[in-house]
Amino acid sequence: MSFLHYVIILPFIFVLLVPFLYKYFNKIHTGWFILTLPIGLFSLLMSYLPTISDGQIIKHDIGWIPSLDIHFSVYLDGLGLLFSLLITGIGSLVVLYSVYYLSKESEKLNTFYTYLLLFMGAMLGVVLSDNIIVLYLFWELTSISSFLLIAYWYKREKSRYGAQKSMLITVFGGLAMLAGFILMYIMSDTFSIREMISQIDTMSTQSLFVPAMLLILLGAFTKSAQFPFHIWLPDAMEAPTPVSAYLHSATMVKAGLYLVARFSPIFAGQGEWFWLVTGFGIVTLFWGSFNAVRQTDLKSILAFSTVSQLGMIMSLLGIGSLSVLANPTENAYFYAVATTAAIFHLINHATFKGALFMMVGIVDHETGTRDIRKLGGLMSLMPITFTIALIGTFSMAGLPPFNGFLSKEMFFTGVKNVTQAEFFNLQTWGILIPVLAWIASIFTFVYSMMIVFKTFTGKHQPEKLQKKAHEAPFGMLIPPIILVSLVIVFGIFPNILTETILLPTVTSILPSVLDGYGVVSEISHWHGWNLELFMTIGVIAIGTLLYLTMKKWKSIYKLFPDRFSFNRFYDRTLVRMEKNSNWIMRKHMTGYTRDYLVYIFSFIIMVLGYVLIKYTTFIWPAEQFLAPIQTYEWILAISTVLAAAAILKASSRLTAIILIGVVGYMVSLFFVIFRAPDLALTQLVVETISVALFLLCFYHLPELRREMRNIRFRITNLLISIGVGVIITFIALSVQGVNGLESISRYFVENSYKKAGGDNIVNVILVDFRGFDTMLEIIVLGIASLGVYSLIKLRLEGRDSIHENK
Amino acid sequence: MKINDVILQTITKAVSFIILAFSIFIFLAGHNNPGGGFIGGLITASAFVLLYLAFDMEFIKSVIPIDYIKLTALGLLIAVLTGVGSFIFGQPFLSHTFGYFDLPLLGEKTELATAVIFDLGVYFTVVGITMTIILTIGEDQS
Repeated sequence: MSFLHYVIILPFIFVLLVPFLYKYFNKIHTGWFILTLPIGLFSLLMSYLPTISDGQIIKHDIGWIPSLDIHFSVYLDGLGLLFSLLITGIGSLVVLYSVYYLSKESEKLNTFYTYLLLFMGAMLGVVLSDNIIVLYLFWELTSISSFLLIAYWYKREKSRYGAQKSMLITVFGGLAMLAGFILMYIMSDTFSIREMISQIDTMSTQSLFVPAMLLILLGAFTKSAQFPFHIWLPDAMEAPTPVSAYLHSATMVKAGLYLVARFSPIFAGQGEWFWLVTGFGIVTLFWGSFNAVRQTDLKSILAFSTVSQLGMIMSLLGIGSLSVLANPTENAYFYAVATTAAIFHLINHATFKGALFMMVGIVDHETGTRDIRKLGGLMSLMPITFTIALIGTFSMAGLPPFNGFLSKEMFFTGVKNVTQAEFFNLQTWGILIPVLAWIASIFTFVYSMMIVFKTFTGKHQPEKLQKKAHEAPFGMLIPPIILVSLVIVFGIFPNILTETILLPTVTSILPSVLDGYGVVSEISHWHGWNLELFMTIGVIAIGTLLYLTMKKWKSIYKLFPDRFSFNRFYDRTLVRMEKNSNWIMRKHMTGYTRDYLVYIFSFIIMVLGYVLIKYTTFIWPAEQFLAPIQTYEWILAISTVLAAAAILKASSRLTAIILIGVVGYMVSLFFVIFRAPDLALTQLVVETISVALFLLCFYHLPELRREMRNIRFRITNLLISIGVGVIITFIALSVQGVNGLESISRYFVENSYKKAGGDNIVNVILVDFRGFDTMLEIIVLGIASLGVYSLIKLRLEGRDSIHENK
Repeated sequence: MKINDVILQTITKAVSFIILAFSIFIFLAGHNNPGGGFIGGLITASAFVLLYLAFDMEFIKSVIPIDYIKLTALGLLIAVLTGVGSFIFGQPFLSHTFGYFDLPLLGEKTELATAVIFDLGVYFTVVGITMTIILTIGEDQS
């Protein structure tokens, strides 16, 4: 265990402490205790910044399931460090913010912080794991914790809807990604990303390469809310605002970007990779910003804005992948500027969007609404919040001197350079990329202005607000103030980032290109009167015009009928799926035990019979394996058969129960004769207990009725009972007939004392050699007993309501 | 109809303790002789069932105030934690070890094995499950 392992595991250990902290220190807000964790981890990770800036990497391995090549291996490079700093850094601010946002009197803080810590640990696991199976595990854990956090106010219908939607979409993508990972394993014979990168040459020629890429991209696109999977993100805004700021803007939705960046060394240079990543990114960028303008809820605007910004970063990562193909290699920076811009904007987005979410949370908290039609004129009432909003939105709109301006300029440089590329048909279609990017930027400008001016200027309408608006408590303002300070600091001194974090990160995304060419150049504010600057000026001019004339052109949104929206499609698919599954279930789940037994037994007959016939496994036992049958064995066998046959004729339930008991005791006598004392003992006790169980509930059972149904019913029964009998007899005989194979019992005989220190082989197998089986078996038994318990208890309590539903 | 079950009750009072003692013996004997957590658990459960059959359910509940669902959980927890415990020694999940110790009363060279702790988990789980199922069905008066 290295410190990196503890970075991932510590949040999970804290989860165990949360209930106790919540219960025994309820005078203090639980958030204060939790706050120490992300701050501590952030400082710890910061101390590794110099090492990583020097271009070193840190790697540690622990075997987890070595036999399956699954190792809990952690890997810290520029990319991993950047993300873990974001997770812990924004995490600290969000926890601090939540202390003021969630009141300790009325909210269930223990569940909130449990989920939040689960998420933090899982997210750190995603960005620090090198083994893709471990990565996948943490990936799904982020989806689950996100689900739980969105549904935090689970009594609201919309929260549940949003939570389910996000879960279905992201887990669907996650499963696709798992399939992609397995394909990668088939090609490279390793689960380690490092080792895959060293095998690119042999992998890229294989036929599974493109399918694997598509599946992995599906995972990344669903997680990062790319068009058309973006529909879950706006609905996820039902979560408490700290959660939206943390998961759905700064960290979790960036996991998809992380995945694309992480797999860039493997896939970069492929035409499909470039077109998919850039194409989906640009379309998402446009669609997100275009739709943000029509929203009236502040959080919805921010949600669509996040969708759009994620698309922008995605497209930049796609453009950056062209640098692998650049010729001569010195030209690589021509395209790699896009990757630098992507990473730079990723940091900037976390700062200004985090601040904006917190700002919206404050407005919501202090006025009781987020609807821009009700808000207005808050500037004088909430001056500090207004300042935060102003800086955040101006940075988002790409105005100088904030950091958003710099990354927006670099973005324009990136998309401009694409048009000069000479591969993948870019000469003809490439021009679309800068055009869409520019139009999207105009809409970005418009909604940014909407956020700040519709909320804070204009006429104050106190009669529409639930609360009397006033400035937020100071503690709630600290986190967004820290973030907007960073917006300004990164805006004025962007080069504190270049050498320290941008260069190592870009190097881990494009290792083959940048090795030896320290090509992340200085970021400067002034490049002269070039195309990028004119593009920005155009954005501001047209954006201002559109903002002022919004009433006139807003009707174009009505051109897109709701009937054809992706949301409607999702809802209808869900309803149809439920209907169809219901129909399938009703068809075969009749509620009659007899029907289920028919399914089970016919399945046994078919599968076992198929194997017997197909592989001709049946061998009549050879003469030397057959022992003579003793008289008492005859007696036992005949009594068993007689008892079994008598059950059919039993007229009362009591007789039937006793006869079943007789069969059971006979079988245990067989175990005694054939020297299996453990089995005999178990069988005896099981029989005793089940007879006792029958006696206990005997009075409640209905009168035994002979089911004299039609002839078809009886013939089915006859066929199935004969079938099972014949098949099992044949199998029992062929077990004796197999003589070529060596029995595995020899191994247990030799090793049970030597290796496990036990003389009783059966017990040693149960608890040691096959201990894992036993553990899972008792878990299954436990679940079954809970099932019995809840079926009976719930039936008692809910009987009336169930009948009403019928 | 009131059943006169004096004989059953009198015998149960004596026999149930014999069964319980036997079940513990079987459980401990498990590693080297026939027995183990599964059988031990079943026999303990059968002793409890006998008590429930002979006496009034409410009465036995006050004598043996065990929440069997919690007992199941405890058993599962012990079993899983035994598995996790091997991580502390840098071993794969569910690795067992054993050794011989000289203990007072139990004599020299008594074998102590970690597998028994795991088996204890199995024992608790089996008792818990059996009793949960039997009591839920038995209590269901509808």
